[in-house]
Amino acid sequence: MTVVVGLAVVIPLLAAAVVLGLRHKATVRDMLTLSALAATTAMAAALLVGVDRDGTVVLRVGGWAPELGIVLVADLFAALILLVASATILVVELFAIGQRRTPAGADPAVVSPILLVLAGGVSLAILTGDLFTLFVAFELILVASYVLLTHQGREAQIRSGMTYVVINLLASTLFLFGVAIVYSATGTVNMALLAERIPELPAATQVGIGLWFLVVFGTKAAIFPLFSWLPDSYPTAPTTITAVFAGLLTKIGVFVLIRFFTLMELEQLGPLLLVIAGFTMIIGVAGALAQDDVKRILSFHVVSQIGYMIMGLGFFTVAGVAGAVLFLVHQIPVKTVMFLAGGLIEDDQGTSALNKVGGLATSKPVIAVLFALPALSLAGLPPFSGFIAKLALVDAGMATGAYVIVAVSLVASILTLLSITKIWIGAFWGEVTPAAIPASSRRSVTVMESAAGLAVAGTIAVAVLAGPLWRMCEEIAADLLVRAPYVTAVLG
Amino acid sequence: MSVAMIVAVAGLAATGVFLVTSRSLSRIVLGFALLGHAAVLGLLASGGRAGDPPIVDGVVTADSANPLPQALSLTAIVISFGLTLYLLALARRQQMLTGDDLVEDDVEDRRIAAAEDEVSAASDETRAIESHHEDGSGSESDQRLDTVADPITESSSGEVNR
Repeated sequence: MTVVVGLAVVIPLLAAAVVLGLRHKATVRDMLTLSALAATTAMAAALLVGVDRDGTVVLRVGGWAPELGIVLVADLFAALILLVASATILVVELFAIGQRRTPAGADPAVVSPILLVLAGGVSLAILTGDLFTLFVAFELILVASYVLLTHQGREAQIRSGMTYVVINLLASTLFLFGVAIVYSATGTVNMALLAERIPELPAATQVGIGLWFLVVFGTKAAIFPLFSWLPDSYPTAPTTITAVFAGLLTKIGVFVLIRFFTLMELEQLGPLLLVIAGFTMIIGVAGALAQDDVKRILSFHVVSQIGYMIMGLGFFTVAGVAGAVLFLVHQIPVKTVMFLAGGLIEDDQGTSALNKVGGLATSKPVIAVLFALPALSLAGLPPFSGFIAKLALVDAGMATGAYVIVAVSLVASILTLLSITKIWIGAFWGEVTPAAIPASSRRSVTVMESAAGLAVAGTIAVAVLAGPLWRMCEEIAADLLVRAPYVTAVLG
Repeated sequence: MSVAMIVAVAGLAATGVFLVTSRSLSRIVLGFALLGHAAVLGLLASGGRAGDPPIVDGVVTADSANPLPQALSLTAIVISFGLTLYLLALARRQQMLTGDDLVEDDVEDRRIAAAEDEVSAASDETRAIESHHEDGSGSESDQRLDTVADPITESSSGEVNR
């Protein structure tokens, strides 16, 4: 089983190197990319089953003791998120292959290898057991995202790419400072050892370290007030790219926040997290209401939804953290598929501005369904996955007596529904606008629609499997808050 | 941690932050170079006092330096080297497209802000844009230490709006 942990990181990276050399052999390249991503997803699935049955799997890279070397740790939390994340990248790659014949499509010769690098980085970030490897994994993800965002070299992309790169570089530098601070305070960067040593530090040092990493990971996760780069840069990238960014990058930030804050026992920052969560939800959704372009509205929703996960973490109870984990699992496919649907609109109409498109519900019913199902889930209407995840969070909030944040989250939910209605009225109702898509791309549209359909099926699966999934989330949350299972698994 | 080290880290970080808040990408690149140095020095300092070479003879003495921060620093240096090159490429592309390497405002964002203002107060667009600046609603607006950049961004975003 330990081999599988390593393979989940190595396969996509090796495949990226090979695919980079196959620039002119489109079919071989596409097949290889898809099979590498499918293999990673299979590894993640095997890992989830294995970890659920036998407990946490730890790979000591090079056989070094955890005090000296790098460890990769697959506990239930990591395995679950890894499965959702790698399946999402697989679907997006399928969509990208379909999209290459359309005018707005990104060049698959560039996207395929970089997406594989991104997949490798995501696997590493999820599985790593030490803080510095986490830094390297973040850099891997970010470098891939820089290239994906700007490789077409259009003016708007370069403009927003600059902001994106500069802000993320700043966050990375702060991360490096953070590693230095943690190392001088504790003498280790291994997270299991940190989990033992950080709670023994003076209270002020603990809070300082917590705040420092809240800024670092919070910038990646786009929490209030560190989110301004996100709605600026996401809409300019090609759809496939935005979909994978929106579905994964911020969520990896949230994953790491949950991991770090629970492992380092930073419960004293819980109230601060709740305040941040409230502002993130409200400001994000208010931004969405002001916009009039599908991709920009969706980008602000990304910010708003991050607030819910931070809220679950802020409670620091089993129910709260379990709710946050479930929300994470629900949010990754939902957000991805909404951007894919936005991309289908853009490809069909040549634009995603709400005042220029209309009547898609009659002219393109498939897109309408692909948009409507995840949109209702995003707003949190029953019986979709969003409802279950939000119910879990609200329930956890009521149990801890945090009525204010619960009220805020419900208001944000209603506003989310309102801004989705805006997209629905603007793009799907009204006068039918003529399609701008050339007839030659009909077949690729079918591929794209099936890819988006797969993702929709994923979101519905989250709702259907809610029972077992919730039990798993509760188990994850209990383990995260007790901390001992992680620490003993790593240190042996 | 020696005082000299603290002063060096603080000085590099301060200068780096100042340069990064500029609008010109070439200055930002320099700023990140300095910030990277500050972070690496901080990392080195976190390993404790300087000492004998740690790995050379395979024996560890009481005076040996801590090798881990050095290994981490090396990795960090390599990464920041690659990213500096990427930033320079970005600056070059921006220069090809617009003739300068200034970081520009989010055009869409300003259009929305201007539209909102028009609806509510029917005020002219220049005022809307100016008031939007003061709001500081974007990261870019926070970075406007560079007063020279003001008229340039004004005109370039006007171009795109047209």
